[in-house]
Amino acid sequence: MSTVSVDNKKDNHSSLAENLLEIQNLKTYYPVKGGFFKRTVGHVKAVDNISFEIKKGEIMGLVGESGCGKSTAGRTILRLLKPTEGKILFDNKDITRLQGKNLREIRKDMQMVFQDPYASLNPMQMVGNIIEEPIYNFSKKSKDELKKEVMDLLEKVGLPPDAYYKYAHEFSGGQRQRIGIARALALRPKLIIADEPVSALDVSVQSQVLNLLKDLQEEFDLTFLFIAHDLSVVKHMSDRIGVMYLGNLVEIGGKDSLYAEPLHPYTQALISAIPNPDPRQKKERIILKGDVPSPINPPSGCSFHPRCPMAMEECSKSKPVLKEVKPTHRVACHLY
Amino acid sequence: MSAKKTLLQEAPLLEVKNLETAFDINGTFYNAVDNVSFKIRPRQIVGVVGESGCGKSVMSLSIMQLLPKGIGMVKSGEIIFDGLNLEKMSESQINKMRGKDVSMIFQEPMTSLNPVFTIGYQIQEVLFNHMIISKQEARQKAIALLKSVGISRPEKIVDEYPHQLSGGMRQRVMIAIAIACQPKLLIADEPTTALDVTVQAQILELLKEIQEVNDMAIILITHDLGVVAEMCDEVIVMYAGKIVEQTDVDSLFYNPKHPYTILLLGAIPKIDQEEERLSTIQGIVPSLTNMPQVGCRFAHRCPKVMSECFNVTPLLAEAADGHEVACLLYETSKPREGER
Repeated sequence: MSTVSVDNKKDNHSSLAENLLEIQNLKTYYPVKGGFFKRTVGHVKAVDNISFEIKKGEIMGLVGESGCGKSTAGRTILRLLKPTEGKILFDNKDITRLQGKNLREIRKDMQMVFQDPYASLNPMQMVGNIIEEPIYNFSKKSKDELKKEVMDLLEKVGLPPDAYYKYAHEFSGGQRQRIGIARALALRPKLIIADEPVSALDVSVQSQVLNLLKDLQEEFDLTFLFIAHDLSVVKHMSDRIGVMYLGNLVEIGGKDSLYAEPLHPYTQALISAIPNPDPRQKKERIILKGDVPSPINPPSGCSFHPRCPMAMEECSKSKPVLKEVKPTHRVACHLY
Repeated sequence: MSAKKTLLQEAPLLEVKNLETAFDINGTFYNAVDNVSFKIRPRQIVGVVGESGCGKSVMSLSIMQLLPKGIGMVKSGEIIFDGLNLEKMSESQINKMRGKDVSMIFQEPMTSLNPVFTIGYQIQEVLFNHMIISKQEARQKAIALLKSVGISRPEKIVDEYPHQLSGGMRQRVMIAIAIACQPKLLIADEPTTALDVTVQAQILELLKEIQEVNDMAIILITHDLGVVAEMCDEVIVMYAGKIVEQTDVDSLFYNPKHPYTILLLGAIPKIDQEEERLSTIQGIVPSLTNMPQVGCRFAHRCPKVMSECFNVTPLLAEAADGHEVACLLYETSKPREGER
């Protein structure tokens, strides 16, 4: 076990720049059905042409307000949803159209941690069985081996061994999230997509889970896509961050560059809107007007232009594309 | 500073004395709020923070006399609002006051509006209950109120139904209903928790504006310390049904005294600081049914725990000027001989 992890670390260092995941022009549309025959009358453009990549061993954060398509993006990457267009390259392999056995094979390398620890665990199953199910599905291990592995996992996520025999309802929210993390770790995946893993938790418990995720990332050399709406949490966790608005990726960059000097007006407003836990620092707030428009009929041109304090004429006409303004910092805005 | 002094001299608008609110669980009553006392002065914004289950919502429901009948009840204590003892008032007297002098906004803007009535109807309902007003006047007032909470096209929205509005707009409507009769006290129970950050910023800004224009006091219940820092003058920190610390907002963030407050402040990731690890609090809040009856309720999670913490209950007392704390690390919290 120890030699393996050392090897892994070496591997990771030699291939630091290698991409584990590459998304190219990904689109996911949900059909809107209407009328007597329930015909498709339109599309919710939940994810509308996004491209980014995640390097091996990196934590990539994805932020945005509700309805911006960040969860849909996560689920599409895992192939839990069918992509409408675009390409998903995982480990240099195109998985966009994989099906059946091949898709099942790739699933064990990508796992998900869900938002709601109260809804994502089967209430009728013992915690031990919940965690061992993925291992059982993908390997031929004896009962004793399975149990030993689950016990190891429980220890890794900081749960007592007797948790094996308990049911989900006997645990608090934070502990349930630990169970969800153990389940995601069970197959030693290469990529974990964590969709709002702490938003249902109290601050003190939230910090426990965030610390745990960071420890596990180091121990297992995991690559994370960390989806959240809380910008301080995302900043704490991620190496690089992408900002989504109405299905589009509007800005992507290293976390220090992005927070120190946000380029897109939306990112600026988003960062200025975070309540600062320091009563002596009163900062200038950029208050956005109105709400996020409907993704069924997104505004023409830049989808942010009706709310943008710096909108120009051009913004309503043509859609800006992501361009590199600073090294590794890309933004989709006509200002640049 | 002088403004603050005149505030302190003014008579309190709300005074809660030794409030105990209990809930019936399988035939036994357990205290969800245990011996809580505090004062709210006019025009003050007071934040109440704590994790889920610490009793902050139950406390606000007790003040509003909205506890579920037969399950929850105020066991003892006094709630004095504007010189009147709410505990001694009849249901109809309370009804006259609720929504007029004290009103409340709730966390879930999705569920706290009635889906089968128009927005206008729901605002007018409050007006008809508390004022003598004609139908036309009420409608005009409803439109004006919607406008004052920053809703564009109020003439249209007044005839729409809640499902046609977004979360932020529904919360604005809730605020419009709450301030319809210009209450002296507004209790806002997690008003922005269900909203996105940019909308949260809009709503907080709006609450501040209304507070200044209407001269009202606000009790802001939240778990977000960032919101507290931006909005409040004073802060009450609750843990497991008790107040553990109470002070002005500056001392709370720069000179926190209770270990729980210190840990809570360390547990939030900060946007302008880089830290590898966040401070955590071991364990979880004890449940109502096995709450320790003697000693400090935070003892089993506290990093600075001493042996006496398990058998001496700390008192909430002034440890520094205007800074109250309930922790045995401070001499003032130790009960005097004979009081144990």
